[in-house]
Amino acid sequence: MGMTIAEKILAFKSGKNQVRPGDIVEPAVDLAMSHENAALVINQFLEIYQGTGLTPRVWNPDNITIIFDHRVPAESSKTANNQKKIREFVAAQGITKFHEIRGDVGGICHQVLPEYGYVHPGSLVLGTDSHTTSHGAMGAFAMGIGATEMASVWCLGAILNLEVPATIRVNVSGKLPGYIYPKDIILYLIGMLTANGATFRALEFHGPVIEKMSVSGRLTLANMSVEAGATTGIIPADAETIRYLQQEAEVQEPIEPVLPDPDAVYEQTVDIDVTNMEPQAACPHTVDNVKPVREVAGKTLHQIVIGSCTNGRLDDLEIAARILKGKKVADNVRMLVFPASGRIYRQALQKGYIADLAASGAVIMNPGCGCCLGVHQGALADGETALATTNRNFKGRMGNPNAEVYLCSPATAAVSAITGKITDPREERR
Amino acid sequence: MAQVIIKFGDDISTDTIYPGRFMATVLPTETPAFAFADYKEFNKQLNDKKFPQGSIIIAGNNFGCGSSREQAVSCLKGHELVIVAKSYARIFLQNAVNLGLQALTAPDIEATEGDELVVADNRIVNKTTGKSFTVIPLSGSRQAVMNAGGLISYTRERLVRK
Ligand code: SF4
Repeated sequence: MGMTIAEKILAFKSGKNQVRPGDIVEPAVDLAMSHENAALVINQFLEIYQGTGLTPRVWNPDNITIIFDHRVPAESSKTANNQKKIREFVAAQGITKFHEIRGDVGGICHQVLPEYGYVHPGSLVLGTDSHTTSHGAMGAFAMGIGATEMASVWCLGAILNLEVPATIRVNVSGKLPGYIYPKDIILYLIGMLTANGATFRALEFHGPVIEKMSVSGRLTLANMSVEAGATTGIIPADAETIRYLQQEAEVQEPIEPVLPDPDAVYEQTVDIDVTNMEPQAACPHTVDNVKPVREVAGKTLHQIVIGSCTNGRLDDLEIAARILKGKKVADNVRMLVFPASGRIYRQALQKGYIADLAASGAVIMNPGCGCCLGVHQGALADGETALATTNRNFKGRMGNPNAEVYLCSPATAAVSAITGKITDPREERR
Repeated sequence: MAQVIIKFGDDISTDTIYPGRFMATVLPTETPAFAFADYKEFNKQLNDKKFPQGSIIIAGNNFGCGSSREQAVSCLKGHELVIVAKSYARIFLQNAVNLGLQALTAPDIEATEGDELVVADNRIVNKTTGKSFTVIPLSGSRQAVMNAGGLISYTRERLVRK
């Protein structure tokens, strides 16, 4: 019997010819990623060694990556101390793939990994961040884990007791209308599947719309797969994946796509035709509360956010800059733009997007997670509403449980910035 | 017998259990102070040690959805609570197993604040209503980690054997 991509990768990494959903495997890990929460991983890692008489040593310092992104630059002495502790650990263990708070090599982990070509088709990637699913965009098996699980991986180089997920196949076909972006497609899918519709499942994306999509858009899809509960979201590697890795990430090694067998067994198949799709918005306070933007249009906004590991890439900034060039952000609206990485910031500067956005009234923030998780920069006041290109709108997510967050594409966010109200981006045409 | 101290609906996210703004706090001795920090009264009751060990939180489907932050588990573990939910988000459930937090899955559970529950042999009996509910046991591999007292000791055994 054939295998899906998830099954093939887990079988190969576990040294088996075949695995089936529900099998328990112990696959070898190619890349183990953490951000500031490495502070907790370090504690747990050292605790594992306690009483063993062994010297704490990570299994392979070249296969671990640590990226500062969640609270950069540090918003408090507590965070600064955590970052200092991590730096010291990185130096002591000789961890090579370390990304400091810098304008050249820094950025959000889920942007830095693809930029540096750390993830290849067929890789097994684990990260102490739920949106580690992003890296399925490279045709890899990528999933989020907790800090203690990561400490165990740092010790052993493998993940213990991983249950092989069943796979849901998602076919995306049709003719992509104007003003419809990967974000609209994934929001629509999450609305269909619900917030736990893919729990303990892998998503595998197929179809002509996916084949034509850039790596940037694929990262958006894979990133938000976890919002339907999915363990991982995988896009089969193809010529675009290889182009990206060779040209943009300057990967030299040979790249071997892992593709599903023709007779792979899927638990379920979901078909989406985008031909008549409308711009989508996730409404407070769950990501699966998805409606056409049209139905929530007119809602007064206080803050617009363009950024995050979902939509803070160059094409997202380009869309926003194109819409806002020569226009003004509405009075009484704060617009915050967070380029996803230092590289994207520099590219956006060169292309003039940053100048256009700033001239329109947007505040250009430093690369990083920014206000996405409500820790620092851009908290909301009681009763305020934000429209964001981020991935979560849970109560309290943007720092205040008495505020509301709507999620949308960069086009919807930019058009709404001009009106100060949630606005269907197709209005721009009129 | 243990009492239900609060009841939640579906899709309770880790932002509700442990808001992101406290994420720089990582020590399991310090995280309990911020459990359900935005539910100010409940948080105060927890911190005032109003509830005995083993008190129960009832929740609907997809409890612990969202972030992988382990603080959402360590903060509940610190208060020695037991969770009974219809279902969990994957990472939360795995974190609970890894830290030894009791997170029981009872898909049909009916219980409300104040009810007294008895948990035994993969069943929950609601003594207040007289009804009884099935608990889906943990998979064998998860149970093995629980039995070892969590993933720290489970991994330590593996490391020493290596
Ligand atoms: S941008 Fe937001 S969702 Fe993405 S890694 Fe940062 S905090 Fe998490």
